[in-house]
Amino acid sequence: MSRRRSWSRRATLRLGLALVGIVVLVALVSLVWLPYALDDTSGGRLSAPSAEHLLGTDKLGRDLLSQLMVGARIALLVGIGSVVIATIIGVTIGLIAAFAAPWLDDSISALLDVAIAFPVLLTAMLIVALQPPSLGSAILAIGLGMSAVIARIARILAKRVVGSQYVTAARTSGTRTLGIVRRHVLPNIAPTLAVTLALQFGAAVLAEASLSYLGLGAPPPNASWGRLLQEAQGTVLEAPVGAIAPGIALVVLVLGVNFVADGLRDAADPTRRRRRSA
Amino acid sequence: MLGYVLRRGALLIGSLVVAMIVIFVLLRLLPGDPANALLSVNATPEQIAAARKQVGSDQPLLAQFGTWTAQMLRFDLGDSLITGAPVGPEISSRLRVTLPLTLLAFGIALVLSVAAGVTAAVQSDRWYGTLLSGVAQFGIAVPVFWIGIILVWVFGLGLGWFPTGGFPPDDWSDPAGAFSSLVLPALAIGLVMGASLTRYIRSATLDVLGSDYLRTARAHGSGFGEALWRHGLRNGAVPVVSVLGIELATTLLGAVVVESVYALPGLGSYLVDGIAKHDFAAIQGVLVVTTLLVLLVGFAADVVQRIVDPRLRSSVGVAG
Amino acid sequence: MSVQVGERESAGAPLLSVDGLTVSAGDGAEAAELVRGISFSIAAGERVGLIGESGSGKSLTALAIAGLLPAGLTAGGSALLGGVETIGASEAELRPLRGPAIGFVFQEPLTALDPLMRVGKQIAEPLRRHRRLRGAELDRAVAESLAEVRLEDPRLARAYPHELSGGQRQRIAIAIALAARPKLLVADEPTTALDVTVQAEVLGLLDRLVAERGMGLLFISHDLAVVAQQTSRVLVLRGGEAVERGTVADLVRAPQHPYTAQLVAHARALDAALDGAADGGSAAEDDRGRDAGGDA
Repeated sequence: MSRRRSWSRRATLRLGLALVGIVVLVALVSLVWLPYALDDTSGGRLSAPSAEHLLGTDKLGRDLLSQLMVGARIALLVGIGSVVIATIIGVTIGLIAAFAAPWLDDSISALLDVAIAFPVLLTAMLIVALQPPSLGSAILAIGLGMSAVIARIARILAKRVVGSQYVTAARTSGTRTLGIVRRHVLPNIAPTLAVTLALQFGAAVLAEASLSYLGLGAPPPNASWGRLLQEAQGTVLEAPVGAIAPGIALVVLVLGVNFVADGLRDAADPTRRRRRSA
Repeated sequence: MLGYVLRRGALLIGSLVVAMIVIFVLLRLLPGDPANALLSVNATPEQIAAARKQVGSDQPLLAQFGTWTAQMLRFDLGDSLITGAPVGPEISSRLRVTLPLTLLAFGIALVLSVAAGVTAAVQSDRWYGTLLSGVAQFGIAVPVFWIGIILVWVFGLGLGWFPTGGFPPDDWSDPAGAFSSLVLPALAIGLVMGASLTRYIRSATLDVLGSDYLRTARAHGSGFGEALWRHGLRNGAVPVVSVLGIELATTLLGAVVVESVYALPGLGSYLVDGIAKHDFAAIQGVLVVTTLLVLLVGFAADVVQRIVDPRLRSSVGVAG
Repeated sequence: MSVQVGERESAGAPLLSVDGLTVSAGDGAEAAELVRGISFSIAAGERVGLIGESGSGKSLTALAIAGLLPAGLTAGGSALLGGVETIGASEAELRPLRGPAIGFVFQEPLTALDPLMRVGKQIAEPLRRHRRLRGAELDRAVAESLAEVRLEDPRLARAYPHELSGGQRQRIAIAIALAARPKLLVADEPTTALDVTVQAEVLGLLDRLVAERGMGLLFISHDLAVVAQQTSRVLVLRGGEAVERGTVADLVRAPQHPYTAQLVAHARALDAALDGAADGGSAAEDDRGRDAGGDA
């Protein structure tokens, strides 16, 4: 029983890494080679999948596979970019709250509770509302929107470390706050935080796809998967592949990072690992 | 309990004030003047100044906030910068689409997730229990608008069972027509939200199944199903209710996105339109109303949790 | 008491007779036997103790008898409860036995009671099911059940478990176990989770109720002193096997197995410390606290 479970946990992690790996590989290849240029409309409108165009063409005659490959690049960029922004802001706020006086900690955590009640996408829509649409502002908007979630988790994890005896010991021996953060807090919160970050990566990719679908994301020629779906929606009867393939690409990437998160969760939590295998 | 409701109500109002300040500040801090909505690309400085005066963005920030707050207190959400029509009535007419859509979707999500989550937990050693967990995992990785597109393709265009989009122009005076245009969008949202809720319900059910009180009930002759019904339901509901507030808010947002798939004249399409046309008053109005709804749902979820769980009630009794 | 036991034992068929009971985890080649071939029987009014450290299989033995093993564990061998074979029996066959034939008091009353249900309602549940009481009759029976476990204040029925003390909670758990008037009571470490001062009260209550009703008792504990006080016959379990069995008196006088000898020596050392020291009470408290911690 226990052996089967630990096997399935490792399998989850590997499957997740494999799915994410496919997307990363496609994105890397797209940097040096594409079947057709993005502005090449030689394929004819809405042609069916064929040897020349493996996934067919869109309503302007552009090769769908090429757009999908560029979309992988954008999705990864969005995921990494917004998670980095959210981590920098969120962890900073979380750590400040964890070390702050109780009144400040309480106020920050009350504010975070209000912020978290808002879905990331709504916050992101608010932020992109008055910006000229660009990939950068979408990434910034999603990153800002997600930072509250990360701040709350970082605060809870950091408080647990700060309250521990070894930090008290380090304090009494005169280690400064920044030293404690670097030596004790960050290394200890990193594993659990990594799980959250992986999940947020998937959420960011989905949020960007929604923004692009609504026409609020990166403008053309950025072939975001969300925008591809929006463009293909009207011609779903004539060319169903165009409305299906980008969706599958999204699911592969998001499912992949979620699987990685599940695998990391078990690695990050030794008590859970032991309890499960017992 | 009444004391708690009052205190939680005060927090609700406090949160609303904070959220309104945040909306106001964010919309003003970001580059881009609301007056731009009225202007063509090559407007003269005089035209810009006139537009700013009309919109009020030439005033100091504090004065603008004062004006806005005063308006809000009169339940006046201002006038659209594009059409000049008042925003409030427009929003309330669009809520007649969005609220039923959200509630229908949430109902679908609840029914699906309770059935799937409980089954996945109780039958976790059967193949279909594992399959259900897998489907739920899959469901949270799927964008809601994509499901929407697929449903349109299969049930709208393909089978022709439901309209592919739009809403009866005479609104709810044709209930069957209005309802049938909400079925596919509600199903799209319900499937995705149901997948995410299934995971919570599965883990809450697993906790219940491993609990000592369930064993106590069974040790004294209660059947498994009866024990699950009498003791498991309430205990399992406690952790689930705490996430329902946020899930309902997410469902509302799902409605906002899916309205675009089905060309529904709801809050979401109003917001997306407003953003595209830089209609400042419309954006602000939708955000204020959405905020109010999200906070109200959170308030309700917290109160329901107190009602279900006596331990929370008595901890308040001790504290004050 | 032991005279009474002797009389009842000869009276008729035993309440419970366990023969070659096994409990195993997993299946096929990977299966691990957690309980191996345990046999004993309990006659009406007789008191038997199962003693052993945590993981010795004593609780699993008791759960297996009533078909209450957690998912993933399977029982083998035979257990006749009130003349019915329970090993391999269906839920429908087992359900009527649980309550009238066998009642359970578990170790941790805080988790064994439903935290969201008023305790009166929890006592009422088996009363409704097995004695078919309703309405005012049911209310009266709940009040009687509470009075029996020395909880006279009728307002207690309206309390939630978290509003009660540990001792009160365990009394409620006892009231639930006795509500269906079981012929056999299983008490699985019933006082381990309690404060030392409360332990004696609860043990006294159990002792009195078992004697008054002439119930059989299967008492499970890691604590030899407590088992000796509550029971007349004992099985010593270690690693899922019964390493020694006999009357408490024989066991204490001449333990055969080294593990039993160790248990006896430990109990004697404790006694000596209690007799010798002026502040013996606190020493005993420390010791029991440690044991309880190790078991949990």
